[in-house]
Amino acid sequence: MSFFSFGQSAEIDVVLTDAETRKKAEHKTEDGKKDKYFLFYDGETVAGKVNVTLKNPGKRLEHQGIKIEFVGQIELYYDRGNHHEFVSLVKDLARPGELTQSQTFDFEFTHVEKPYESYTGQNVKLRYFLRATVSRRLNDISKEMDIVVHTLSTYPELNSSIKMEVGIEDCLHIEFEYNKSKYHLKDVIVGKIYFLLVRIKIKHMEIDIIKRETTGTGPSVYHENDTIAKYEIMDGAPVRGESIPIRLFLAGYEMTPTMRDINKKFSVRYYLNLVLIDEEERRYFKQQEITLWRKGDVVRKSMSSQATIGAQRFEGSVSSESALEKAAREDSA
Amino acid sequence: MSDPTVADTRRLNSKPQDLTDAYGPPSNFLEIDVYDPQTVGVGRNRFTTYEVRMRTNLPIFKLKDSIVRRRYSDFEWLKNELERDSKIVVPPLPGKALKRLLPFRGDEGIFEEAFIEERRVGLEQFINRIAGHPLAQNERCLHMFLQDESLDRNYIPGKVRDPEARCA
Repeated sequence: MSFFSFGQSAEIDVVLTDAETRKKAEHKTEDGKKDKYFLFYDGETVAGKVNVTLKNPGKRLEHQGIKIEFVGQIELYYDRGNHHEFVSLVKDLARPGELTQSQTFDFEFTHVEKPYESYTGQNVKLRYFLRATVSRRLNDISKEMDIVVHTLSTYPELNSSIKMEVGIEDCLHIEFEYNKSKYHLKDVIVGKIYFLLVRIKIKHMEIDIIKRETTGTGPSVYHENDTIAKYEIMDGAPVRGESIPIRLFLAGYEMTPTMRDINKKFSVRYYLNLVLIDEEERRYFKQQEITLWRKGDVVRKSMSSQATIGAQRFEGSVSSESALEKAAREDSA
Repeated sequence: MSDPTVADTRRLNSKPQDLTDAYGPPSNFLEIDVYDPQTVGVGRNRFTTYEVRMRTNLPIFKLKDSIVRRRYSDFEWLKNELERDSKIVVPPLPGKALKRLLPFRGDEGIFEEAFIEERRVGLEQFINRIAGHPLAQNERCLHMFLQDESLDRNYIPGKVRDPEARCA
């Protein structure tokens, strides 16, 4: 910020070419508020204009160069000074010189790789943004524009159910089953708990969804556990042979896809925690990891091949070919 | 693989339940009553005992129906044994009522009817809570407390079954 009224200053404004048509997505900010940002997928082009508006018309603006950057970075809250940039692209818009009037510069970052999903968590943040900078001797003028990136996947070829027998010898034996091991964010967990032996006095049973954010490596690893959901599936005392159904709709909960060892910096994993509580409030539980993934919306004609290329990075599926073919046909139609 | 617009939420198949399991007695029957307080002895050497009756169908207990007589200090002994030998957080006992042990009280002190009843309730809650704990059921001291005629304070502490076999 310049406190001196003499000299020239400018305002920078970044506007996307497809600002009218591009979808926006809601994303939580660090202080918990929700904001809307332009939504991008991996492989999509980021293009637009940088408007540099002189504050005092008539006066010249001397500068050391004007550029725009596209940055993807990971910020660990306990280590704010170090930003880990995994994507860093620069486009020079103007060589060092001077602006005599307000000017607009076009830019295009073609088919940008955006390998990870945007994430704002308890101890870590992963964000993508455009940063336009007018470099000057004393102080730069810059403007950042955050975007949100979603990573899409499609139905995995292998999606086995989770079925396991657990218990405490001679006290409690159950067999639990969940219909899949990989669920998309709007999926339904269908399962059942079958009681083989019940020698304790159970009061009720619930299933919790726990999100575990892990940051750091080696000796300094932080785990942040957050119970996203608690869903009672049984009230009362079961006996041997009883089968309790589970039907848990995930769309109602705020979750992200499973993120494993992102850039070797952090992970976000989800667990189903089956909890049985007895009459004396003692808790018996079994935790099981599930993989969450984000399903793409139906590819519409207007988004066509760009978004399809964006939707291509997923856990291997036959339908990738057909989606691309379909988009190609729609394009040429 | 086709993309279904509506997820399949039908229940998973399950075995039909055996009717004897459904309507028969549950496998978790365990009831302990603490009742019939009797004050024994004379003068300074009086103390109160309670009848402790356990009825259960849990296989870990040798007797399915047992009756013993226990006094407050026996319950204290059990609590200490469990706190030392097991990893359980042992529930609290009703108070020691030290004030009531002092002389020159206006009332009967620890032999006051209302106090004995209050203590009886507390002891019953205590023993039911602890006897239902799967880890406490492993401890020899609990079995001795509930089912042996008298407490052998020189016993060798130990487990009733192999702790390694317990958790799956």
